[in-house]
Amino acid sequence: MSERRAAWLFAAPALIVIGGFFFVPVLAAFALSLTDFDLYALADLRNLRFVGLHNYLDILQTPLFWKSLLNTLYFVGVGVPLSIAASLGAALLLDSKLARWKGFFRTALFAPVVTTIVAVAVIWRYLLHTRYGLINYTLAHFGIAPIDWLGDPHWSMPAIILFAVWKNFGYNMIILLAALQGIPGELYEAAHIDGASFRQRLRHITLPMLRPALLLVAIITVSGYFQLFAEPYVMTQGDPLQSTVSVLYFMYEEGFKWWSLGRASAIAFLLFALILLVTRVLLRFGRRGDYA
Amino acid sequence: MKSPLWQRFAVNGLLIAMAFVALFPLLWMLSVSFMQRGEASTFPPPLLPAQATLANYRELFERAGMGRYLLNSLIVAGATTLLSLAFNLAAGYAFAKLRFAGRERVFQVLLGALVIPAQVTMIPLFLMMKWLGLVNSYGGVVVPLLAGVFGIFLVRQYARSIPDDLLEAARIDGAGELRIFLAIVQPVLKPIVVTLAIFTFLASWNDFMWPLIVLSDQTWQTAPVALASLSREHVQDNELMMAGSVVTIVPVLVLFLALQRHYIQGLLLGSVKG
Repeated sequence: MSERRAAWLFAAPALIVIGGFFFVPVLAAFALSLTDFDLYALADLRNLRFVGLHNYLDILQTPLFWKSLLNTLYFVGVGVPLSIAASLGAALLLDSKLARWKGFFRTALFAPVVTTIVAVAVIWRYLLHTRYGLINYTLAHFGIAPIDWLGDPHWSMPAIILFAVWKNFGYNMIILLAALQGIPGELYEAAHIDGASFRQRLRHITLPMLRPALLLVAIITVSGYFQLFAEPYVMTQGDPLQSTVSVLYFMYEEGFKWWSLGRASAIAFLLFALILLVTRVLLRFGRRGDYA
Repeated sequence: MKSPLWQRFAVNGLLIAMAFVALFPLLWMLSVSFMQRGEASTFPPPLLPAQATLANYRELFERAGMGRYLLNSLIVAGATTLLSLAFNLAAGYAFAKLRFAGRERVFQVLLGALVIPAQVTMIPLFLMMKWLGLVNSYGGVVVPLLAGVFGIFLVRQYARSIPDDLLEAARIDGAGELRIFLAIVQPVLKPIVVTLAIFTFLASWNDFMWPLIVLSDQTWQTAPVALASLSREHVQDNELMMAGSVVTIVPVLVLFLALQRHYIQGLLLGSVKG
């Protein structure tokens, strides 16, 4: 067996799977988004019609789509900075020479990341309970009246953001911690001799050196947070007043509740385009800063 | 120069506070799962069960069929892990070490796929699974995950460190490509195999949206999907739901604790070029 033939044989199974179950579906999703594929077409393909861009135009005129888009942007816009701030804070603490039991703390802070999202969402739904929840109980000690976290449209999204930050910050913490440990110690020693304060060191050494890692973390987190789905599915079912319907939740309901698979495919592509756009802007913005 | 005492207290105090916030919901879940029916729905919320009971677990397994769902999860995650390891190892090695026409271009195309969210594929994938007769079967969940770009990338990164001379020498000795792969390459790749295995298993166990779509029939549902529908039915049964969360989380948490070094390594390797 020649090396080239072996190479193809080794690569072929994986390439066939990825081609057949990833690339083909991506193309098929685009094709589907140009049709009126629905329950009737599901029963008999002869009912399928080509409708051009009708699905896209129709979705752009659907109020719930805009609502879901705003909800998702709210989640991304507030959740991502909060999440990265928590990750950065935890990484700085773990990197400090003063910290003890680093192994334990790292594991403890990372534990929520590996938990099953549905299961921890169930826990948080209970923690956030208006009457019996421990969060309101704790807040009561500070004189704060009970908040109807998951029942009040003003608080439902903040509650989900709080939960998501708790669940996810450990992931970025690990990446940032590795980047922090890669900063040469001489830089800090030199700054120390020059009498730089902690804040000065943070501003002039740590943050500039972390820039590539922060950009990476920002891109991973933004594209992940745009895919919000399980949290509202378990905690609020999109309610109250559709304040937690995300774009993906909207797609799921269109596709698998109402079986408008053509429309759902169009929603998926709109979300994809949006993620691509935002991550490209981040990348350009982040890279340009390097030469400033 | 020694740091002042208050700084030590501040750093460690903040770490303790953060660790408390991270762990408290998990510990409380465990505590509530042993409480009597309705005990958790009182004010103020109790921290520990007045009289610990296993009734919730009993009901979970005897009435709610949780054993079956956990078994489904185990089969799905186990099969995904084993099969995708075989596919990704072979392909990652080929992309790293075997010369063939178009290798770099094909690999670039694969990397390009990383920007496409998996949800884009889910609707056509559902139709494909329906036509293949795989809706409501283990195969429906496993087949699309048999190979992954991330896994191939990870293996390729690692396999590149294998010296070409080693492979050439084996070829001159007359060893076939398959034998080289199994006898020489496999042992070298061992650390990355463990990393990839635990990564895949946890991701597959925790996966929610695709199993939710393709497993509408309860018989085949994985633990997270079943737990989600249980939680919609039993909104008031906090103690029962906490027990359900415990049995869903504990397997992955234990696995992570046992192999966390490998898991973290994979996370860092994968994020070099995410």
